[in-house]
Amino acid sequence: MRKLLVELKAGESGIVVDITGGFGFQRRLATLGIRIGKKVRMITAQPFRGPIVVGVGGGDVAIGRGMAMKVLVEVPE
Amino acid sequence: MRILLMGNPNVGKSVVFSRLTGTSVVVSNYPGTTVEFTKGTAKIGKKRVDVIDVPGTYTLEPTSRAEEVAVEMLEDGDVVINIVDATNLERNLYLTLQLLEKKVPVIVALNLSDEAKHKGITIDVKKLEKLLNVPVVPTVATTGEGIKKLVSRLSKAKAHAYKHTDEQRWEKIGKIIGDVQTVVHRHHTFRETLADATVKPITGIPVAIGIIALMFIVIIFIGEGLIAIFFDPAFEAYEPIAMKMSEALGSGGFLHNILIGNLINGGIEFTQSMGLLTTGIFVPFAMVLPYIFAFYLVLGFLEDSGYLPRLGVLADNGMHRVGMHGLGIVPMLLGLGCNVPGVLSSRILETRRQRFIALTLMGIAVPCMAQLAIIVGLVGPYGVGSLAIVFATLFVVWVVIGLLLNKVLAGESPEMFTEIPPYRMPYWRATLKKLWMRIRHFLTTAIPFVLLGVLLVNILYTLGIIDFIGDIASPVVVGLLGLPPAAAGALIIGLLRKDVAVGMLIPLGLSMQQLVVAAVVLAMYFPCVATFAVFIRELGIKDTVKSTLIMIVMAMLVGTILRFVLGG
Ligand SMILES: Nc1nc2c(ncn2[C@@H]2O[C@H](COP(=O)(O)OP(=O)(O)OP(=O)(O)O)[C@@H](O)[C@H]2O)c(=O)[nH]1
Ligand SMILES: [Mg+2]
Repeated sequence: MRKLLVELKAGESGIVVDITGGFGFQRRLATLGIRIGKKVRMITAQPFRGPIVVGVGGGDVAIGRGMAMKVLVEVPE
Repeated sequence: MRILLMGNPNVGKSVVFSRLTGTSVVVSNYPGTTVEFTKGTAKIGKKRVDVIDVPGTYTLEPTSRAEEVAVEMLEDGDVVINIVDATNLERNLYLTLQLLEKKVPVIVALNLSDEAKHKGITIDVKKLEKLLNVPVVPTVATTGEGIKKLVSRLSKAKAHAYKHTDEQRWEKIGKIIGDVQTVVHRHHTFRETLADATVKPITGIPVAIGIIALMFIVIIFIGEGLIAIFFDPAFEAYEPIAMKMSEALGSGGFLHNILIGNLINGGIEFTQSMGLLTTGIFVPFAMVLPYIFAFYLVLGFLEDSGYLPRLGVLADNGMHRVGMHGLGIVPMLLGLGCNVPGVLSSRILETRRQRFIALTLMGIAVPCMAQLAIIVGLVGPYGVGSLAIVFATLFVVWVVIGLLLNKVLAGESPEMFTEIPPYRMPYWRATLKKLWMRIRHFLTTAIPFVLLGVLLVNILYTLGIIDFIGDIASPVVVGLLGLPPAAAGALIIGLLRKDVAVGMLIPLGLSMQQLVVAAVVLAMYFPCVATFAVFIRELGIKDTVKSTLIMIVMAMLVGTILRFVLGG
């Protein structure tokens, strides 16, 4: 099932399948490990449209809600 | 020769720098500690070489001021020691590959290899070396392991001029990782569970409130404790000596006034005599230093544990309303110690707009420890309630001005996007070293200014200049703020350093309401000269003037409102 990164529930994992947005944006996400084909695990989403925290590769990353809306993930059923 | 230490943020570049050069620099467990380059020298073989600690950067296409500095540095480096985080090899190799495209000799230090081991990550160093075609040395910067070897292989650093597209880089990285890295899956450790719990709002927010409250309690407890147990008795013991000097100087006259100051009821009052050897040393040592010590002790633990970025995540929402994002809490917290490093650390914010807001808010409503000490010194005797009025006022001002600036200034704040480091046990030796560096910085920069301030007060009084300014400023000081004309002198000296002003306000015999107004206005109307200078450096003259005007106008406005609300 495909979802936006922001829609993952705490503890849920998915594989990044698409990132919308310009090249610069994609590159920026990539430098912190959010790239197509990478596994991400939702740790927490802050209330009131606050940032989300995901686990990627070796560490955790905080990412703004707007940015995370542009990341599509595939969640195994 | 010039060696650059380059790498992603928070990988241990500054620790390696200290190891190589013996120069202490600030090391903390969050990305963006080093925002400006630091130069040192190291002896390598028989040669002395320059070593430069460069701010961390993820790519050679900068996204913040700190990263810009990093990229600019690359222009004139002879060798790059690329420090790489072994627990995050994949992400770190991106910068490595970019460096290998720059025709500059590179050697890789595979740092944090102790943590990688704990996490079940093994890296085949020989293979990595072959694939990158530059020397790779595993290191543990905090213990010094591998540093000698790194130095001995420095001459083997190799330059390449690979040409890659972005896609090719990631492809190559993917291959390298597949070849050299094996990860044994581990269970969630206690630290990771704690890490998750402290960013989840339900558990994280109560913890954050608890930690901040505890922080203030501990600071006040330690600060007051040090004063009561150590500094007050020390100055009591010093008083007879100072009195002897006073007598030797003839109990009066110009030199006596400068060195000892005014005798009050025939004796020395350390807070208000205003002599170099009385107030001039009492203020920095017995009033400010205890709080500096307490504050930086607590801050050091917060920084080194890795808690701050998590606090930033929790605070992000609120910080956006005042035109910044979560990471803005880092400059604000550092500003509580001293606004100068606070201003510098605002470089971790991406846009100029964010930095303008951060600096203006800091200048107006983030009292540094010297300011805190005078607030406590002036208003404290009237009890916790009056102190609360001062701090609540500053807090409200911070919020209101932040909201306003966020509304008025064009543009909006980018979202937070940052790595969150793992929790690390603060290593007490490193934490104490940092504490000592900061205290030394206070002693060497503050004391000359305090002494200069005291000297200046005496000279300006003798020349009648302070009275003159008092007359000119009296419509504002008397008319609006309801303070005696002589308080103008304190505001003038406050431009130089706020803590000197305390000695000029105490003798005026102000009421509680007047003291509250004076403390608030003094905190708000201008940063000290040292902060003003870094404002100019970071914002340029035009925006500094703008920011300062906001401070002056708001200080007068808030001071006037307070005066009428309190009915002083
Ligand atoms: N366990 C372990 N911790 C390390 C090692 N090297 C550095 N650290 C810790 O990692 C954190 C970051 O170190 P810094 O030297 O401040 O990192 P930096 O690369 O200068 O970071 P920026 O200035 O933000 O770019 C600190 O808490 C260090 O104590 C290491 O080899 N092992
Ligand atoms: Mg550093």
